[in-house]
Amino acid sequence: MDPAFIVIQSLSGLASASSLFIIASGLTIVFGVTRIVNFAHGSLYMLGAYLAVTIVPMLLEVDRSLPMFLLGVLLSALIVGVIGAVMEIVLLRRIYHVPELFQLLATFGVVLIVQDLVIKLWGAVEIPGPRAPSLRHGVFIFDQRFPAYELFLIGMGLVVLGLLWLLMQKTRFGVLIRAATQDREMVGALGVNQAWLFTGTLFLGAFLAGLGGALQIPRVAVNTQMDISIITEVFVVTVIGGMGSVPGAFVAALIIGQLQAFGILIFPKITLVLVFLLMAVVLVVKPWGLFGKPDAAAGRAILPEGILSLKRFGRVDTIIAGIAIAVLLALPIVGDNYMVKVGIEVLVLALAAFSLQFLIGVGGIVSFGHAAYFGLGAYAAGLLVTRGGMAMEPALLLAPLVAGGFAALFGFFIVRLSGIYLAMLTLAFAQIVYAVCFQWVAFTGGDNGVVGVWPSAWASSRQVYYYLVLAMTLAAIIALRHAIYAPFGYGLRAARDSAIRADAIGIDVGRIRWFAFTLSGAAAGLAGGLYSFSKGSIDPTMISIPMSVDFLVMVLVGGIQTVIGPVVGAAAFHSVKDFFMPLTDFWRLFLGLSIIMMVLVFPRGIAGATSALVDRKRSVTLPAGGV
Amino acid sequence: MTLLAVSGLNKRFGGVVAARDVAFSLQAGELLAIIGPNGAGKSTTFNMVGGQLRPDSGQVMLAGENVAGLAPRAIWRRGVGRTFQIAQTFVSMSVAENVQMALISWHGRVFSFRSRAETLYRLEALDLLDLVGMRGDADRPVRELAYGDVKRVELAVALASQPKLLLMDEPTAGMAPKERAQLMELTASIARQRQIGVLFTEHDMDAVFAHADTILVLVRGEIIASGKPDEVRANARVKQVYLGDMGVEAAMRARRGRA
Amino acid sequence: MTEALLTVSGLSAAYGQAKVLFGVSLEARRGEVVALMGRNGAGKTTTLKAIIGMVEASAETLRFDGHDIRRLETFRIARLGLGYVPEERRIFTDLTVHENLAVGLRPARSGRAPWTLDKLYKVFPNLAEMEGRRASAMSGGEQQMLTIARTLMGNPDMVLLDEPSEGLAPVIVEQMAEAVIAMKAEGLAVLLCEQNLHFAAAVSDRAYVIEKGAIRYAGTMAELEANDEIREAYLTV
Repeated sequence: MDPAFIVIQSLSGLASASSLFIIASGLTIVFGVTRIVNFAHGSLYMLGAYLAVTIVPMLLEVDRSLPMFLLGVLLSALIVGVIGAVMEIVLLRRIYHVPELFQLLATFGVVLIVQDLVIKLWGAVEIPGPRAPSLRHGVFIFDQRFPAYELFLIGMGLVVLGLLWLLMQKTRFGVLIRAATQDREMVGALGVNQAWLFTGTLFLGAFLAGLGGALQIPRVAVNTQMDISIITEVFVVTVIGGMGSVPGAFVAALIIGQLQAFGILIFPKITLVLVFLLMAVVLVVKPWGLFGKPDAAAGRAILPEGILSLKRFGRVDTIIAGIAIAVLLALPIVGDNYMVKVGIEVLVLALAAFSLQFLIGVGGIVSFGHAAYFGLGAYAAGLLVTRGGMAMEPALLLAPLVAGGFAALFGFFIVRLSGIYLAMLTLAFAQIVYAVCFQWVAFTGGDNGVVGVWPSAWASSRQVYYYLVLAMTLAAIIALRHAIYAPFGYGLRAARDSAIRADAIGIDVGRIRWFAFTLSGAAAGLAGGLYSFSKGSIDPTMISIPMSVDFLVMVLVGGIQTVIGPVVGAAAFHSVKDFFMPLTDFWRLFLGLSIIMMVLVFPRGIAGATSALVDRKRSVTLPAGGV
Repeated sequence: MTLLAVSGLNKRFGGVVAARDVAFSLQAGELLAIIGPNGAGKSTTFNMVGGQLRPDSGQVMLAGENVAGLAPRAIWRRGVGRTFQIAQTFVSMSVAENVQMALISWHGRVFSFRSRAETLYRLEALDLLDLVGMRGDADRPVRELAYGDVKRVELAVALASQPKLLLMDEPTAGMAPKERAQLMELTASIARQRQIGVLFTEHDMDAVFAHADTILVLVRGEIIASGKPDEVRANARVKQVYLGDMGVEAAMRARRGRA
Repeated sequence: MTEALLTVSGLSAAYGQAKVLFGVSLEARRGEVVALMGRNGAGKTTTLKAIIGMVEASAETLRFDGHDIRRLETFRIARLGLGYVPEERRIFTDLTVHENLAVGLRPARSGRAPWTLDKLYKVFPNLAEMEGRRASAMSGGEQQMLTIARTLMGNPDMVLLDEPSEGLAPVIVEQMAEAVIAMKAEGLAVLLCEQNLHFAAAVSDRAYVIEKGAIRYAGTMAELEANDEIREAYLTV
């Protein structure tokens, strides 16, 4: 390869590394101090970009100069910093002590709210930003033209690194941040008011996100998808670097920048896959990332967030279940086509949510990427039928096998981790699947997906297909439910309750968790397969993060401590969504607020709310040290 | 045959010697206590016998078979039950289910999907609970029990695999004084009756001297004394260690400086 | 008689279901060094953590310098002038010696000469030589000095000191003893958890003996030293 080309390529890798670092450093600092992974960090980045495309042109009207451009960028970042501080005071402060799952969900609620607010304020159309005065030209390096602004970005990365270093080393605030990252409790015992420290940290983190966003405006047209696309990359950077480590974020950003710059030459279709594979490998070799340290809070056992007692079906439950099944059976006869369509969707989602609850509620494995297995089932069925010319019946049989196979592959790595790293890895694998389906246009149809996924002739009537779905989802749910009550389910729950005790009575904790992950993935895959035939098409939204979050919300609405709750949750969630979404332009705002309210008010769902009141006093905290 | 014979056990963590040439033996039906100050290597020794740590060198002969370096699960299979300093139970299950879980595992049926777990081995579980005096609480959630009762349940769980050897890490930690005596009496009577060897660490000297047949005193990874309770109690070196063997001179000098 | 600086009565604490303290009562006056003696697991550390608000506890009385501190957050208790030096040291290993001290810095309460770096370095001469060194590169004894010095930077009126002599070489133990004596000379009260009787006897005015989460003995240090019976029962095997 031409050396000049290599230099240019690695410079452009450095430029994107620089942006990534600026944003990721904010996320990692916030995590280090507050122990919250802020999903909304990407939203703060997006807000920085939108504010900048508004403010910078105004300032450039006054004086078309580079200082004015920079002033606008800085102002935008400062405003985002204030938004971050407000977010800490209003929301984060209330969720420091809730389980990670709820923290992630609550901050994802903010993502949804910001998305709708941005569309309301700035519109859905992307906005091209102004170019930076004095940096619009190209610089010739080895006779190759390289944009001056990219060089400027590389410089900005170094400047931010330098300033952060100064802040962290030379100011009291920085020293306190570093101390708190290591041992929050001890910092408190030395008389430091953590509330202010946390608010300040969020200001800093949000400022960095906003700065990263504002600096993007000459490079990309500002759009409403910026938040999700950046947050996964930033997650990867912080996880590889080690959560809480600024130098780690820097090194990881450099690696990923180069990986992307050169990976695109070798595997143009799967650069994202390369990045996520790197993360998976790093986590397996160094479970806390390159520069990360085991969480000091690890070893603190709390009452698991999940199913605590298995009730047998009583007479009332049996009657309710009987009525529910009777209604389901009668639906195609009494209802119209629309109701049958909704019925199919509810049944499919119920199975997906139930399989997720099997992981979370029984196994304590908080998956943030369950849509991957749903989507894999859907894509397997859809592609087998459209590209492979297969009939519906064998395709439906293979859908859960394919999804289960991938769940076994990913799960092999996932079940070794716990807590936030486990959640991140599930998310990463889901994004790999998403990326492949999105980027491999020739095979998967990319963004548009594939149409023409129709059932066999005998099941082509909506009513008949409804009964097929009903039979298969009911059978799968009953089978999974049976597994929960069987020795396997007890063993899985035992591994969740106390891995050390389970190990001491001969239960192979890793193996049982792996098996459960595979089983759950297969069930979700079946749901996905059924879904693809009902829609007649497949597309990447089935694998996206919002889909995974929808599943989590269904589990939460139904009650994370109940066995059958997710089924109710899926029905409730989908009905509400189906009813409201066409009526409002603010569905995501509404959903985001609901998620936050749910986390704050009844984290255990509507069903769990009452029993939570009774159980609140009983959380078991174990000592970290001796007595 | 000697139930447990440990010899030449060594373990280092970085530059720190956590166990040096530790050796002892234990007969069926005998209670052996390991005591010593913080950081003496009690837990290290304990975990090398239980399989949680792999010794750098040395043998752990369990009924004639060297189990050093085997996984905890493999050692459990060979008849070693254990309890933890902080009781480890399945908090989402009932008392009986905790014991049933151990029985299900003992019978190799964890990966079974056929039957309902709550009915499996229930009678056997109730018998074990009877033994530890917890049968009346069989259907209560284990998380609702008083801590002393949780420890009893843990004992029943450990007994489910019909162990030859029980490892108990600070069995009375976190219990009210009255509960401590009861638990140790219970343990001792079960051990003698079923001819189970018990290896335990303990801070509570009343428990140690009332029930241990043999006491092993570890300091900085080395055994400095071992023998019958009376012998250990009379050992001058042991006494000195417990009152602070280090810095005696220094402290006295400081004191003189103060006067 | 004036009120004691620290008054504790009926202090009970548990980790979840595991009860550790059963109604501990003790007090310390200004400028007094009080030893809390007991074997491993007797409840010494938990007593200190319960006072400073780090473990959930209930108490009939928990007063410091005239304030009821039962419901206060840890940082507020620290700001009232009650310092805590944990047994496991918990220094910030990623920070330098100087930075560790900076985290502890708080303004002096009125009527007391503040601790300055110079003053601290007189008490802990080793620290002066390694100001810029990362705390992770320090020996155990040096870390122990740093954790005490860090707390003194907060200019407390009283320090809860958890097993400062544990695991240290004799020469360091001597420095620890001198440090405690220097603190007393500055008018600080100290509640000292110890197993090492010689060390405690060298520095303390009074002593409590704790066993199984309850106070079994209270008296002057001289009385405790003279009392073979108590020593045999609660401190040795």
